[in-house]
Amino acid sequence: MSNLRHLLSAADLSRDAAINLLDLSETMASVNDREIKKLPTLRGKTVVNLFFEDSTRTRISFELAAKRLSADVINFSAKGSSVSKGESLKDTAQTLEAMGADGVVIRHAASGAAYTLAHSGWINGAIVNAGDGTHEHPTQALLDAFTIRRRLHGSASTGKALDGVKVAIVGDVLHSRVARSNLLLLNTLGAEVHLVAPPTLLPADSSGWNAHIHYDLDAMLHRVKPDAVMMLRVQLERMSAAFFASEREYARVWGFNADRLALLGSKSLLMHPGPMNRGLEISSAAADSPNSTVLEQVANGVSVRMAVLFNLLSGERSIENV
Amino acid sequence: MSKLLLKNVSLLGEAATDVLIEGQHITSIGAAAAEATSGAQSAETIDVIDCTGLVVVPGLVDLHTHLREPGAEASETVLTGTRSAAAGGFTAVHAMANTSPVADTAGVVEQVWSLGLAAGFADVAPVGAVTVGLEGKQLAELGAMASSRAQVRVFSDDGKCVSDPLLMRRALEYVKAFDGVVAQHSQEPRLTEGAQMNEGIVSAELGLAGWPAVAEESIIARDVLLTEHVGSRLHVCHLSTAGSVAIIRWAKARGINVTAEVTPHHLLLTDDLARSYDAVYKVNPPLRTQADVLALREALIDGTIDIIATDHAPHPDESKDCEWAAAAFGMLGLEIAASVAHDVLIASGASNWNRFAEVLSYNPAKIGRLTQQGQPIEVGSVANLTLIDPTKRRDAISVESKSSNNPYLGLTVGGEVVHTIYRGYPTKRDGQVAVQGRNLEVSNSAVQTAAKAGK
Repeated sequence: MSNLRHLLSAADLSRDAAINLLDLSETMASVNDREIKKLPTLRGKTVVNLFFEDSTRTRISFELAAKRLSADVINFSAKGSSVSKGESLKDTAQTLEAMGADGVVIRHAASGAAYTLAHSGWINGAIVNAGDGTHEHPTQALLDAFTIRRRLHGSASTGKALDGVKVAIVGDVLHSRVARSNLLLLNTLGAEVHLVAPPTLLPADSSGWNAHIHYDLDAMLHRVKPDAVMMLRVQLERMSAAFFASEREYARVWGFNADRLALLGSKSLLMHPGPMNRGLEISSAAADSPNSTVLEQVANGVSVRMAVLFNLLSGERSIENV
Repeated sequence: MSKLLLKNVSLLGEAATDVLIEGQHITSIGAAAAEATSGAQSAETIDVIDCTGLVVVPGLVDLHTHLREPGAEASETVLTGTRSAAAGGFTAVHAMANTSPVADTAGVVEQVWSLGLAAGFADVAPVGAVTVGLEGKQLAELGAMASSRAQVRVFSDDGKCVSDPLLMRRALEYVKAFDGVVAQHSQEPRLTEGAQMNEGIVSAELGLAGWPAVAEESIIARDVLLTEHVGSRLHVCHLSTAGSVAIIRWAKARGINVTAEVTPHHLLLTDDLARSYDAVYKVNPPLRTQADVLALREALIDGTIDIIATDHAPHPDESKDCEWAAAAFGMLGLEIAASVAHDVLIASGASNWNRFAEVLSYNPAKIGRLTQQGQPIEVGSVANLTLIDPTKRRDAISVESKSSNNPYLGLTVGGEVVHTIYRGYPTKRDGQVAVQGRNLEVSNSAVQTAAKAGK
């Protein structure tokens, strides 16, 4: 497959490119099952994890992915670095460029920060968006699609898209980069997307989105019978801004509990990007049920990120050389 | 007395004629001008500008300029800002109050006024803050600013909204004492906390916090009702939505004494541009949708909107060359306004040069109570004149401002300002801004010293 220059948005991926990346992720997953979980592919390349926002899970997932491809990895986190002393994104980027970073994985609180980094001319390396504000998180969408495809198709996954698969995304859609990237990628792969949220946590104008909007989780579960339900993490500070009334009410109306689990088909997936607020958007009974894919998502995240880094940084090498 | 003859010029699009300027005033027009300048003797002492093909309009007046001095001289100074004004055809600008220190005392407005006088590129009319420090808590000394040498008539907390309804009511009442006007930046603060761009389809896609139209419209609706109740005068800054237009239209039909402005950028640009995450498109109020742009244009043409004002807001590179959320709000406007007005009113065929003069000269001068500006082009008027080439297309560059946050780069526009005559003195001639302002006899340092001494 052809190499991407950057991965900034799930919209950067055509249907073929997305399927190819998922297929490559399958290959990477098989590496992760080997005794020696390491490929020499990115030896001599330097990947910088540039994290302006705390996110241990995403950072170590990228770190592990890069290391399994034999890249040198530098973790640059805003805390304790010059960023907290007021250094700008521009200066940080130019510093990394001067040090010769081949790839930069960026997590930033500002929507568009990855796009700005890629188009500013400050840096030549490949940019991977690991979450920018409330905009996008494309590798999360890839790992979610990968997880759905594997559960539905098992060993026959390769080459397949998600045509006709019904996916519900539930919770704080308005502020969720996971929701935005998933919406785009799921559309690209042919899935049918349902968004379920209190009206306060949906965009004021969602007419540009190719998705069905619901306020009632139970009605959606009854009517749509989704193949996968993705629960979004709720930020507790939203409560003080009057997005919803109380934790108790949120959990009762939009949380995934044992009763709702019973409405879910036995083959349907219950997904969560983590970290979970147990008892708020998801109950323990649901999170620990056979439907739950939470830990598979974590494992698949490494495979998918290996595939992305391989695609961006490996030059013209083909998969046969792996 | 110096004599300047504008030869073969079209008055507001009419047949070509001659205009003679002596000192600061227009002294004859047409055959009389030709006659007064005929004869070998006078030819030596008369400065003649061949204006064939050019349209003359009264010198442009901006009701909404950020000159940044005092306090943010890295972005703009009174001198560079008024040079930019001259380049754009302006002979008067209203300097907004959000400087540092804030223009909320007679001392600060007199300082800005003096700097304008010393620069000599345009009349600088300082706008006074409505509240102390723009904090929206305590009324500033509006009366002292009104009776100062700067004779402030326009009061605004621009950049911030006078959101407290009681304070807004009092301000509207208070300015009646000296025929002032409150120019409101209409932005409900609670509805726009953390707002980054227009709330709509594009903000949903980009994950940028939305600035909803209702946050502007609800304040305008409240303010026109307050204005009616206390019988005062309200000016609404930078209208940006179709809904705001509807409210102003309703208020005017009801007889409420309200005027409204629109910026060049809201007449031309839309929120789709934010998809580039290029902070040069970040502005407050934000760029809206194409439907809003069309409503604003229609309102400008039919008279619902009274004026074009630039909201010229210079920022240094470091305030724009960064991630969107970290960037400052604002864009340049002085060197584009005449071109946008030309394209919207004239090139479109939708209106005429008289309307052009109304929205960029007569009406803003009237709202700001500038008696020496916005006069009709006739014998006896102060010679504030702007000469425009209606045939030429040009790159939308900005040359004279100290800053470069120009969102029009890459566009081609019409209506080039060729000459600007400010009180009889060409501040721009043949496309070039003059090296010196007109007040050669007053040295900058002398005025500054006087201003500092509070004289």
